[in-house]
Amino acid sequence: MSETASRIIKIATKKRYKNKYHWTDYFSYFYLFLGVFLMFGPVVWLGLSSLKTLAGIQEYPPTILPLSQIQVDVEGYDKPLPIFNVTQEDGSVKQLAQIKRIGINAKMVDPLNPGETVKVPIDKREKIREFKIQWENYVDPLRKYDFLLYFKNSTFITVVATIITLIINSMAAYALSIYEFRGKNFALVFVIGTLLIPLTIILVPVFYVVANFGMINSLWGVILPGAATPTGVFLLRQYMLTLPRELIEAARMDHASEWAIYWRVVLPLSIPAIAVLAIFSIMWRWNDFLWPLIVLSKSEVYTLQIGLNAFHGELTSQWNYVLSMTMVTLLPIAIIFAYLQKFITTGIASTGMK
Amino acid sequence: MENIRNQTKNFFLRILNIPFAFLMHAIDLIMWPIQKIIGVRNMPYIFLLPNLIFFGLFVIIPLVANFFFSLSSGDELLFAERELPTTKQYDQLFDCESYLNPNTCTEDFFWRGVYNTIFFVVFQVGLMIFFSVLTAVILNKKIIGRGFFRSVFFFPVLLSPVVVGLIWQWILLKNGAFNAIIESYGGDKVSFLTDPSWAMASVIFVSIWAHMGFYTLIVLAGLQAIPPNLYEAAEMDGTSRERIFFRITLPLLMPNLLVVFILASIKGVQTFDEIYVLTGGGPGTSTSLIVQYIFTTGFASSGSVQNFGLAAAASMVLGVVLLFLTLMQLYFSRNKESKHQEI
Repeated sequence: MSETASRIIKIATKKRYKNKYHWTDYFSYFYLFLGVFLMFGPVVWLGLSSLKTLAGIQEYPPTILPLSQIQVDVEGYDKPLPIFNVTQEDGSVKQLAQIKRIGINAKMVDPLNPGETVKVPIDKREKIREFKIQWENYVDPLRKYDFLLYFKNSTFITVVATIITLIINSMAAYALSIYEFRGKNFALVFVIGTLLIPLTIILVPVFYVVANFGMINSLWGVILPGAATPTGVFLLRQYMLTLPRELIEAARMDHASEWAIYWRVVLPLSIPAIAVLAIFSIMWRWNDFLWPLIVLSKSEVYTLQIGLNAFHGELTSQWNYVLSMTMVTLLPIAIIFAYLQKFITTGIASTGMK
Repeated sequence: MENIRNQTKNFFLRILNIPFAFLMHAIDLIMWPIQKIIGVRNMPYIFLLPNLIFFGLFVIIPLVANFFFSLSSGDELLFAERELPTTKQYDQLFDCESYLNPNTCTEDFFWRGVYNTIFFVVFQVGLMIFFSVLTAVILNKKIIGRGFFRSVFFFPVLLSPVVVGLIWQWILLKNGAFNAIIESYGGDKVSFLTDPSWAMASVIFVSIWAHMGFYTLIVLAGLQAIPPNLYEAAEMDGTSRERIFFRITLPLLMPNLLVVFILASIKGVQTFDEIYVLTGGGPGTSTSLIVQYIFTTGFASSGSVQNFGLAAAASMVLGVVLLFLTLMQLYFSRNKESKHQEI
């Protein structure tokens, strides 16, 4: 009896030991919060800063929120002047507008009394800020520059390429999963083989083929080379192999054509796998960079990625527009991710591809 | 409410379905006579055809053509106007007094790229696997908000290289947020992207930031495949957590890690876009890798002549490296599968 009791106590204490916090638990939470800061921080920082004025972006050290300095029109000056709180010699604080900064002194003027100017040491003044969101960062580049066109090009490529990819890859997967035919193994090896040849090692000849078709500086030159993906064929084939053969036999009994079996029976049943491939394809196409960079050299066919890179290269100082357009570029993918997170992560975990 | 939502969803799906069904019916008008003529048994060839045409045009023909490009010289893209055959490209590429010193090579840019790539891949892959395993092990624990943390670590994988490059270029500016944080803790400003000794480190950091989530996910899948009864047994015996990790988790994760290692190396060797946006391969050539060399030699039309032959020859060298890595991957993943079957 006592033996049983001691055993029970032993088990009970063990349980309690298990629930105790180990040093790895503290470390885990520390690591995770550091991770949130490092992984999410840059994107949040980008979002906040894209709402700042150019002066606010270039300020150092930077402010976190989109605060900008208040500016006023002063009689006798062309440009609006920034306002500071200036600590006077007697300790009182007065609002002055800055005309110019000269070394460690600033030439300032009282907005209420524009005739007189005073010299103030720069460490005696402090900026007056207000919370101001600069929506112009988003509106201007779409109006003044070609970003709307880039957006359209990117959307066209993404949509058309995804449709083509889904149709031809599902056709091939259908053939390789439902039928037995001569040369099937050869076709399978062929598809695996193409998986091993990344674009980076055949850049020159693919460019040659595309040039032969006259598709340089055409959106089709970006769409077609990557339309058939071995990844897609495999993903769909693995799924279609699990479909019951009886359905296909039954459809054949009813004199359905092979094409009708494909699109009325097999495709609707493969929707989960097709959805995963569609998400992947959208991601690949929207984010694609190296190949469009080679094929597209005229600005009217630029995609958003290429256009953004080129815009940044030409106007390095326009960080306000670069940041807002970077936001526009990442937003569609971020929205898709927020809605379809489970699909994407399980898709990657099960195929080991991205 | 639920019902209404479903009905509207179905309604939109049906509308979307109309053009699709129309297209499919139209194709059937062509497919049906074909099936009558060639018979059901030959139909799979028809279904395979479009994909094979694409593969043939954009993978197989280019692969063969790459040989010819690398064995020919001239500035023209058309074969008829190129000098063929010649080993000039390879001679030029491998013309070195000493392979260990890129300065003695005719194509010093290529050899710097090779050494930069080796350096980059060793550190990027090594550190990335370390952090992926650490993150995956932590995410595999019973923690609060696991789904949230998992998506936080995965999120950067979805960002495009241009977005990644621009965000970090801006944060790592001399007057950027990162330097502001360093200064607020009393450090000195660092030119992360323009100082040659810092540029490579920054590039490796950004690349790990962007791709870590993907490998974390794969390692996580591997961790979840470890049978839980092993842990239960170890806990019964009162084994310490450190011992459990080194004696159970790590050994059982090894096959998985090997695949991750090779996969990451294959991707790492081909790195181009983030670096191109982030530093453009600079300052000087301190962060330019092999693909950057191929791109610059073959396509960047800034003044210099485009040398397709040289770019193709460099692609062949890269191809050999990738072939080696891929064969390793196939070998190890087959081993892994056969082991699973034994269990």
